[in-house]
Amino acid sequence: MASPAYSQISVQLPQTSLLRDSRWYSVSHLSVKERIDKKRKAALIGGGQKRIDAQHKRGKLTARERVELLLDPDSFVETDMFVEHRCSDFGMEQDRNKFPGDSVVTGRGRINGRLVYVFSQDFTVFGGSLSGAHAQKICKIMDQAMTVGAPVIGLNDSGGARIQEGVESLAGYADIFLRNVMASGVVPQISLIMGPCAGGAVYSPALTDFTFMVKDTSYLFITGPDVVKSVTNEDVTQEELGGAKTHTSVSGVAHHAFENDVEALLNLREFFNFLECHDPSDRLVPSLDTIVPFESTKAYDMLDIIQAIVDEREFFEIMPNYAKNIVVGFARMNGRTVGIVGNQPKVASGCLDINSSVKGARFVRFCDAFNIPIITFVDVPGFLPGTAQEYGGIIRHGAKLLFAFAEATVPKITIITRKAYGGAYDVMSSKHLRGDVNYAWPSAEVAVMGAKGAVQIIFRGKDNQAEAEAEYVEKFANPFPAAVRGFVDDIIEPSTTRRKICRDLDVLASKKQVNPWKKHANIPL
Amino acid sequence: MAAHSLSPSLYRLLFAVKYASLHSRCCAVHKKAQYSTIYNPSEKTFEKILIANRGEIACRVIKTCKKMGIKTVAVHSDVDSSAVHAKMADEAVCVGPAPTSKSYLNMDAIMDAIRTTGAQAVHPGYGFLSENKEFAKRLAAEGVTFIGPDTHAIQAMGDKIESKLIAKAAKVNTIPGFDGVVKTAEEAVKIAQDIGYPVMIKASAGGGGKGMRIAWNDEETREGFRFSSQEAASSFGDDRLLIEKYIDNPRHIEIQVLADKHGNALWLNERECSIQRRNQKVVEEAPSTFLDSVTRQAMGEQAVQLAKAVQYSSAGTVEFLVDSKKNFYFLEMNTRLQVEHPITECITGLDLVEQMIRVAKGYRLQHKQEDIPINGWAIESRVYAEDPYKSFGLPSIGRLSQYHEPLNLSNVRVDSGIQEGSDISIYYDPMISKLVTYGATRSEALARMEDALDNYVIRGVTHNIPLLREIITHPRFISGDISTNFLPEVYPDGFKGHQLEADTRRELLASAAALYITAQLRSQRFLGELRVSSSPVECNHWELCVELGEQRHVLEITKSGNVYTVEVDGGEVEVSGQWDLASPLLPLTINSTHKMLQCLSRDASGNIVLQYLGTSFQVRVLSKLAAELNSYMPEKVPEDTSSILRSPMPGTMVAVSVKPGDTVAEGQEICVIEAMKMQNSLTAVKQAKRRAATYPAGVPRRTQRTTAHVIRAPRFAGERNPRQAKTGEGGSLLYYMQFLGFRFQVDGFDNMVNLGCS
Repeated sequence: MASPAYSQISVQLPQTSLLRDSRWYSVSHLSVKERIDKKRKAALIGGGQKRIDAQHKRGKLTARERVELLLDPDSFVETDMFVEHRCSDFGMEQDRNKFPGDSVVTGRGRINGRLVYVFSQDFTVFGGSLSGAHAQKICKIMDQAMTVGAPVIGLNDSGGARIQEGVESLAGYADIFLRNVMASGVVPQISLIMGPCAGGAVYSPALTDFTFMVKDTSYLFITGPDVVKSVTNEDVTQEELGGAKTHTSVSGVAHHAFENDVEALLNLREFFNFLECHDPSDRLVPSLDTIVPFESTKAYDMLDIIQAIVDEREFFEIMPNYAKNIVVGFARMNGRTVGIVGNQPKVASGCLDINSSVKGARFVRFCDAFNIPIITFVDVPGFLPGTAQEYGGIIRHGAKLLFAFAEATVPKITIITRKAYGGAYDVMSSKHLRGDVNYAWPSAEVAVMGAKGAVQIIFRGKDNQAEAEAEYVEKFANPFPAAVRGFVDDIIEPSTTRRKICRDLDVLASKKQVNPWKKHANIPL
Repeated sequence: MAAHSLSPSLYRLLFAVKYASLHSRCCAVHKKAQYSTIYNPSEKTFEKILIANRGEIACRVIKTCKKMGIKTVAVHSDVDSSAVHAKMADEAVCVGPAPTSKSYLNMDAIMDAIRTTGAQAVHPGYGFLSENKEFAKRLAAEGVTFIGPDTHAIQAMGDKIESKLIAKAAKVNTIPGFDGVVKTAEEAVKIAQDIGYPVMIKASAGGGGKGMRIAWNDEETREGFRFSSQEAASSFGDDRLLIEKYIDNPRHIEIQVLADKHGNALWLNERECSIQRRNQKVVEEAPSTFLDSVTRQAMGEQAVQLAKAVQYSSAGTVEFLVDSKKNFYFLEMNTRLQVEHPITECITGLDLVEQMIRVAKGYRLQHKQEDIPINGWAIESRVYAEDPYKSFGLPSIGRLSQYHEPLNLSNVRVDSGIQEGSDISIYYDPMISKLVTYGATRSEALARMEDALDNYVIRGVTHNIPLLREIITHPRFISGDISTNFLPEVYPDGFKGHQLEADTRRELLASAAALYITAQLRSQRFLGELRVSSSPVECNHWELCVELGEQRHVLEITKSGNVYTVEVDGGEVEVSGQWDLASPLLPLTINSTHKMLQCLSRDASGNIVLQYLGTSFQVRVLSKLAAELNSYMPEKVPEDTSSILRSPMPGTMVAVSVKPGDTVAEGQEICVIEAMKMQNSLTAVKQAKRRAATYPAGVPRRTQRTTAHVIRAPRFAGERNPRQAKTGEGGSLLYYMQFLGFRFQVDGFDNMVNLGCS
C-alpha cells in the first residue's frame, strides 16, 4: 500500500532521545512532576532539532508551527500530548524510539473566534507515519468535533503507514476513514496536504469536503514514481504524478493550491472567514447592464458578474483551474455566506461536460449539507456532445448535477444571464427543481436549442430557412417564453441583481423544506 | 476636501445619483461651473444635428445640443452600440463594423445616416472626418451644414507648406530659415546672422534630427557648415543645406480663435500644451504661466490675422512654438475643435460648441475682443488607459470593472464617453477622460487636480494617473519651468512612479498596517456580534512585519477607537478613518492631514496594494509569527520566459523581420504588432535562431491556450503580406499565424506570442 520510497523514512530511527533516562525516575510526586515537564518539553520538539532543521530546509514548517499559524494566538488546546506508540517489534519498544505525542499533534482551537478541531502530522517523528496511536489521536478529536458540531482540519504530512506496526496501522487508517464518512455532511472537513500523502492515506483527504495543497512540497498518489516505474515502466516525477498542479488542473482531486506553507495556512484562515462586512445590500451595479454582449455567440467572463455582485468583490473560488467551464465558490451577500455556481461562457462556451458536472454537483451538495444558500448564474448552451463525453458517461455524470440541485433544500436563487438551452436549462437550478427565486436578465434566451439547430428540425427540407431562423429568434431568443409561463419569477435589470438577491436571502432565511424520509438517496455515482 | 467629511453612505448615494441621471447631472455641472454666457433660447437654430464622432467628444457636443434644444443623432460602430454617446443621443445609427475605416471614417454610411435621420447639420468633433475637405464638400453638395470652417480654410491650413506661406503673407511669425545650396562657410555665416543665433544646420535630405548641428556663433556656424555639407554630399548625394532658427527649450502654446462668417474674429487666449509624450499632449493649462499680456496680445492678434487671411469661420486653433526669450513662431493651424478646449471654456466662460453651432447657422459673434476675460486658471489632465511605466504610456485595454469620476468635488469637470462596464478596445483611442479642474488661482486649480486624481476610481485597465499626479506635483511644473522636453528631461531613465520619502513611506506603511488590522478585527465578528462572547477583551496592541520593496519594517500598532497609532522606523504615525472595506476609496486622516488612498487589492496572504500619491505600492503585511515562519519558505525561481515573446496587447501582426534560418541577437526586432494606432516592435529577449523547418501544411497546431477556436492561416509567402484569421471568440481578436518554423499566436486573453527558439 504505502510507497516504499516513503516508508523507508520510518525505519531511520533517531539516534538520540531526551527520554533515554526516563526509566530511572522514581514514582515520587516530585519526580512525576519532573517527568511531566520533561515529556512536555520532548513533545514540543517532536523528532528533535536536527529533524526540525531538515524540515525547514525543505521549505516546510513543523507540525506545531503550522498549528500556531493556523489558529488564533494562544487558542490551541492540545489533547493526547502524552500518547506514545505501543509497538514492540523491530526495537521500537526502546525508549529512544518513543516520542510523546507520537507523530501527530491534535487538539482544538479557534480561527477568528470560531471553534475548530485540528490534527497536524509531524514529519519529524518517523516521517509522520501513521501508527495505531497516531490514528487513535485523530479519531478522538474527530469524535469530539462531531459531538459539538465543529469543523475538522487535517494538516497532512506523512510518509504513510508505520510499517513496523503492520495491520495495526492499516486498522488506524480504516478507523479514520469511517469517521470521515460518518462526519461527512455533519461537520465540514478540510484537508490541507503539506507534504507527502501516499498509499491508502490519500483516501482520508479524498473523503473530506475540501482538499487543498501546497505547491512543490506536497504530493498525493496511490503509488509513488518508483512503483509506477516497476509496474508500468512509466517514467514520471513526483510532481507530475501527484503534485499540486496535477491535482488542481488535471485530476480534480484537490480544490486549490497555494504557494507555500505560510500562504496556505493564511488562506485557510480566510477560507473559514465568510463573515460580516459592510458592503451595502442595496448597491446598484451599473457595470452589469453592459456585461452580456449583444452577439449571443460572444463570450464574457462570468467572474466579472460574480465579483461585481458579491460583498467587497471577494470570491473564494473552489477548483479554479479544473473544469473551468463551470465556476464554483464561496462569497458573502450582505454578510451571509453563500455558495455560487455559474457557467463560464469564456471557457468552452460554458457548456456542461463530465468534469464540470461532477465539480458542480459536489459543491452543491456541500452547500446543501451545511445550509449554505446557493446562487446560480446560468449561461449554458447545453451539454457537450461527442463520443468522448458519451463514452465517458456524461449521462451518468450529468445526472449528478441534476440530482444535487433537485435534492438541495437550502435557499436556491437562479439568474439566467443569457442562454439556458435544452436539458441544461432544467439542470441549472431551474424553477422546476424547486428553485425559490428564478430571475432572467433581459438578455436571457430560454429554449430547447439554438435557432439554427431548431430550425433545421422544425423546417426540415424547407427553403426559407433564414426566414424561419429569424422567426425562431424573435420567438425564443428572449426571456418571454419562460416569463409568461412563470418559469422565471421576474425579468430584472442586471444592475439591480445584487439588491434583489440580498432581499430574497433575507426572506428565505426562514425557509423550511424537507425531502421524503429515506435511509439515503441513491445518487448516480 | 468635502469628500473626506462625507459619510460613506452619502458618498455612495452620490455615485448612485450620478448613474441614475447621468445626463441631467452632467449638464447641471456644466452650467454651474463653466459657462458664464447665457444661451438665448429664442434664437432660431438647427432642429437636428448629427455628430460624426464617438466617445467623449460626441458626448460633449450632445450635451450642448440638449441645452440648445437641438435633437441629436449619434453614429456608432457595431461594438459601440451600447456606448455612452449612442445612448445619450436622441437617435443612434450604426454605420459599420469596429475598424474606424469601416465605420467612423465611412463617408457613405454617414451620408446615409444623415439622409435617413434628416439631420440638418453635422458636427465632426476632432479626429476622424473633422479636417476632411472631401467630407465637407459632400455635405455641402447635399445642403447639409458642416459645423466647422469652409473647405477653403481646411485645405489651406491642411497643407504644411502652404499654411506657412499664407502665415508669412499674413505677417505671422514663422520660423526663419534658408533651404538651398550654400557655397562657402562665409555665406553660411551671413545667412545665420540674418536669421539670428542660435541656428540649426543640417543636410536638407537628412530626415528628422539626423546630422543636425546647433550653432550659437559664427565660429560654430563655420564648423557646422563644413560637417553638414560634407555629410550632405557623401551620405545623400544632395548638397543642399537647411539653416533654420533653432528654438531651444520650446514651449507649445496655442491660441484659440473664434470667427464668424461675417469677417469677425476673436482670440480666446492661450493654452499651454508643453507637457507631451511622443508629440501627444498629456497635461494642458490655460492661461500659460509663461506669457505676459504683451506677448499674449501679439500672439492673439497674429492668430486672428491668420484666421482672417483664410476667411476662417468657426472655432480653430493656431499653434505656436515659443522659445525661452518669448519669441514665438507659427507651427500650424487646426481647423477644428481641439481636445483641450474645455480649459479655454473654463477661463472665458464661453461654450465653444454652442458658438460653433451659432456661427455655422450664420449668426454674428456675440462677443467683442474686450469681452473675453481670463477668469482664474484651468488645468486639464488627459486620463489614458495606458501604462505610464513603459515609454510614458503604452496603451492598455480592458473592461472598466469599477469606475467613479471625482464629480463629488467642486470645480471639477470630467469629459468622458465611458462608464463603469465600458470596454477600452484596441480599435479606438485609449483615452478614458479629460479631467479638468478650475480655480481662482493656479495653485488652487493644481490642488484640486491632486484631489481629483486621488479620488478617481479606475479599475480593470492600467491607467496613467501615477504619471499625471507626478507631473502636476513636480517642482518644475509648479514653478512653470516646462518645455516640450519636460518628460525626457525630468525622467531620463523613464518614469518610475512616485518615489517615497522617509515620512511618506512611514505613512504608507502605517496605513497598510491599520487596514490589515481592521480587516483582521472584522473577521472576528459575525453579523455585528463577536463570534465568541467568552473571548478575552479585544486586543488593541499588535506587532506586525511589513515589507515594502526590498525593505522590511517592524511596526507596533496601538488602537483606540478608530485611531491607530503606529510606531514605525522610530517615528510615530497616527491614522484614523471610516475604514469601509467595501469602498475602493480609503479616506484617511494621517497625522491630522486628510489623505485619500485607494485599496486596489487585498488578499489572505497579507498582500495589500494601495494607491498612494497616485502611484500604487505593493505591501505585504504579516503578523510577527507569520513573518518569522515565512523566512523558512523557499524563494521560488520564476519560470524562464526568455523563449516566449509576449505581445503587449492584442493586435495585428504587420511585419515579420526575421527570415527562416536567421539568427536574431538579443534586442533585435522579430515582428511588429499594430494595435491602437501604434506599431509595437517585439524584440528577442535572447539569442535565437528561426527554425528552417516548416510545419506540415494542413495540420492545425493547437495549443492549450487557444482551445477550439484556433483558425490556421495559410503559410504566407512574403514578410509584408501576413494573413490574418479572426474569430469572434471571447470578444477578442485571435490571430494565429504559422509560417516557416515560427509559431506566432496573439490572442485576446493572454496576449502571447510564442517564439520557438531552437
